[in-house]
Amino acid sequence: MIFVGICFGLLVVRLFWLQIISHQQYSTLAESNRIAIVPVPANRGLLIDRNGIVIGRNYSALTLEVDASKINGNVDDLISQLSEIIQISPRDKRNFKRALEDSRNMGTFPLRSMLTEAEMARFLANRYRFPGVDVSARNFREYPYNELASHLIGYIGRVSPKDKERMQNELEATKGSQDPYALQGAFLPGIQYVGKIGIEQTYERVLRGVPGYDEVEITAGGKPVRTLSSKPSIPGKNVILSVDIKLQALVEQLYGNYRGAFVAIEPETGDILAFVSKPNFNPNDFVEGIDPATWKELNESKEKPLYNRPLKGIYPPASTYKPFMALAALELNKRKPEDVIADPGFFTFGNHTFRDIKVGGHGMVNMEKSLVESCDTYYYLLARDMGVNMMYDFMKPLGFGQLTGIDLEGEVNGVLPSTEWKKTAFKKPEQQKWFEGETISLGIGQGYNAFTILQLAHGLANVLNYGVVMKPHIANAVEDPFTRQKELTTPKESYRIDLKPENVEIIKKAMMETNKSGTSASSFRTAAYSSGGKTGTAQVFSLNSKTYKHSSTPEFLRDHALFIAYAPNDKPKIAIAMIVENAGFGSTQAAPIARKALDYYIDGKWPKEIPEWKRVP
Amino acid sequence: MEKGALVRLKSLLLQAFSGFDPRLGLIFLVLALISFFVFLSAGQGTPVAVLDQTRNLLIAFMIMWLVSQIPPKWLEMAAVWIYGIGIALLIAVAIFGLVKKGARRWVNVGIVIQPSEIMKIAVPLMLAWYFQKREGIRSGFDYLVAALLLALPVFLIARQPDLGTSLLVLASGLYVIILAGLPWRWIIPVVAIGGIAILLLIVFSGSICAPDVNWPLIREYQKNRICTLLDPSSDPLGKGFHTIQAVIAVGSGGFFGKGWREGTQSHLEFIPEKHTDFVFAVYAEEFGFLGNVLLILLFFALIKRGLAISVNAPTLFTRLLGGAISMIFFTYAFVNIGMVTGLLPVVGVPLPLLSYGGTALVTLGFGAGILMSIHRHRRLVQS
Repeated sequence: MIFVGICFGLLVVRLFWLQIISHQQYSTLAESNRIAIVPVPANRGLLIDRNGIVIGRNYSALTLEVDASKINGNVDDLISQLSEIIQISPRDKRNFKRALEDSRNMGTFPLRSMLTEAEMARFLANRYRFPGVDVSARNFREYPYNELASHLIGYIGRVSPKDKERMQNELEATKGSQDPYALQGAFLPGIQYVGKIGIEQTYERVLRGVPGYDEVEITAGGKPVRTLSSKPSIPGKNVILSVDIKLQALVEQLYGNYRGAFVAIEPETGDILAFVSKPNFNPNDFVEGIDPATWKELNESKEKPLYNRPLKGIYPPASTYKPFMALAALELNKRKPEDVIADPGFFTFGNHTFRDIKVGGHGMVNMEKSLVESCDTYYYLLARDMGVNMMYDFMKPLGFGQLTGIDLEGEVNGVLPSTEWKKTAFKKPEQQKWFEGETISLGIGQGYNAFTILQLAHGLANVLNYGVVMKPHIANAVEDPFTRQKELTTPKESYRIDLKPENVEIIKKAMMETNKSGTSASSFRTAAYSSGGKTGTAQVFSLNSKTYKHSSTPEFLRDHALFIAYAPNDKPKIAIAMIVENAGFGSTQAAPIARKALDYYIDGKWPKEIPEWKRVP
Repeated sequence: MEKGALVRLKSLLLQAFSGFDPRLGLIFLVLALISFFVFLSAGQGTPVAVLDQTRNLLIAFMIMWLVSQIPPKWLEMAAVWIYGIGIALLIAVAIFGLVKKGARRWVNVGIVIQPSEIMKIAVPLMLAWYFQKREGIRSGFDYLVAALLLALPVFLIARQPDLGTSLLVLASGLYVIILAGLPWRWIIPVVAIGGIAILLLIVFSGSICAPDVNWPLIREYQKNRICTLLDPSSDPLGKGFHTIQAVIAVGSGGFFGKGWREGTQSHLEFIPEKHTDFVFAVYAEEFGFLGNVLLILLFFALIKRGLAISVNAPTLFTRLLGGAISMIFFTYAFVNIGMVTGLLPVVGVPLPLLSYGGTALVTLGFGAGILMSIHRHRRLVQS
């Protein structure tokens, strides 16, 4: 009996230890055993163009998913076993493995999407063999028009460790904040994708929504039994863009195989109507991780398809700068419209001769003629009379060499030269000094002048808007996906430049005349609406007095064709700046594209040679 | 007329239940009730198992009652036969037994039975019979014969393989031999050697549990069970899963338990064998420390009563048999609870009355019946 008593006593001691002293610990273990927190991702907001066309959306597909933390043993073995019942392409495998590596093996990753019913049935029959592998309906981001507007839309991608860290910080920083888009309280594993570039990146906070989660009781086998509690996800808001995607599509096609940038702005509002960077890439390739071959191709191509040209490419504005110079002359009383100069075809400053493109010169030239015929000598003289800093002071508020503040990340400044600028831009003291000779070519938009096409379009819009500066923007409104209630995000006017309307009208008249009888007349003579324009041709490298011959120059050294335009003349609805890289003259290579773009935007005329626009269902 | 019938019925009933030792019967009844309720919980989703267990409990009570009617003298006479039939069945198992889960333990004799369960009673019966026969003329040689009578079934069961049952049979036989008066100077060295062996096992667990080390006489899975006990966390999802999850279930029960049918560990399939060997984990999770103490007290009372009956028994045979049966109850309860709480290795030992399993229940009913019979017939034999 004593023996029995001792043994049972031992059991009671053990039970006391387990159930009383260590109870808390085992209780926690039992809870974590039974409860799984399943993230419920929020539906990402749509991207919608100004006419209601959806250009970024989600689709739901049956997806084979693997919980990385539950993989026992080798990933390759698991995949090869799975591929016995479900087809898994090398690309699927590669994407999956990279996602695993990027995430340091935490989280659930899609291995194959768009499963057929038959494949799903086959998998479900074999499911017991694959713990941690499951089929679920998963939302994928899709850009239905593929390459179209890729630089503007950008893309989303899997959350990287860096993104995760950033979100973690945001989560803490927004604790108790009133910001409706704050991450506060969100279950971060529910955020699996973030916008990496473009609008997807800028409006990430609005688009992503707030993920929810289900607290699910599960069996030892991982089978859900019941939901204990759940916090529903809040879908992201739709972003309505200012862009006219049909205009964008038209221009992209009109560029053909040419590289370049095209920005169209509605002057009165700052709405970006088109934002073209050619060549493009397909943002759909990036969502689940781009495969190395495509990546290599995109990254190493001489054409630089990943380069956002209107935002980051800086070019000399060339003769498209002349209307702004002319306006400066009027505003600063350096010229009257009727003042005339005699153009011999060149201008000598010190011991350097600046040539006009027209051999023998333009003869007697007033302001309007200087623009219509694009006389260089007129602007050499003007630049000399104004000096670099006066030009700088006038051009700066128009936005040249300044960030426009557009809602895209990575915008560059470009260069609007001044004596001050030169001091900071160069290291050697002898280079820091401004030479008067350097001022001359600034007048024709060459020299140190280097702007983005976005700045050029913005500058034109600012002039057309009589000096009321509207920040260019791609998003117009944020829309609630349920109530369809829109909340405008359009910025108010940034500031006003004191421009005399009559001076603006003089410039507009000259630009109108350019389209009627000047350098761009061949493209615009037949237009049914009034419009203004100015061509430009930017040298890619200095000719050193040799004559330029387009066909004999290597492609990447050929001149860039530039053009700025607007229409209609009275209350312009659209202002355009564009460049066609290495294409030659602005009048022959750029202006025809602008004409067709304006025909469509002003008159709704779609060119015959371009296939009809088809809306993707 | 009617009154007479009632009186007759009353006397009939009295006679029928006179074999029932009220204390033992009451303890059994409480345990059976607990078993029933635990089963309603553990068997959730498997109504067949609940019905089976209920049926088996009733059968066990019937057998208990039946056996309690049998005078121990008959048992003494039948001992050799039962033992002989048991051995024959074990040999039959070895030759044409049914294989389930990799072990050959069952045989079909019209119904499928597990003869090793019979040996749990047959061995003490046989040994008690032998020592009764040799009463007064016993020598050291008798212990050798007893050891051989014990070794045969233990060997047959061990090679089925069924280490758990063979150890239990061995224990039941050893109880008889020890109670028969095996000198302490023989017992102590064995216990000491066993203790030292276990100590060595713990100290060298790292090296001898390496996967490529083969142990003599012991199967791979048995080696794994022992190794897992030494360090359950070494393989939390594999061999150690049973122990870890059972310990979590017991520990998370706390003082009052999670409440009947509220155990998460058991209901979410974290507890393997929750009807059978690990039913205590279900009970402990739902009824807590309080319920466990009650259960252990019940077992303690059961064994105490059994030993008390044995001490007062008239013959050597009944004393040995009663003592051995009581100690078997103890062994079952102790080893099972020890196993579920992670104190002992996972050997397939059921918890008396609570674990699912027809043969085991019948054997228990049989054992309890013998105890009652011994109690009931104590005077009859004396006179």
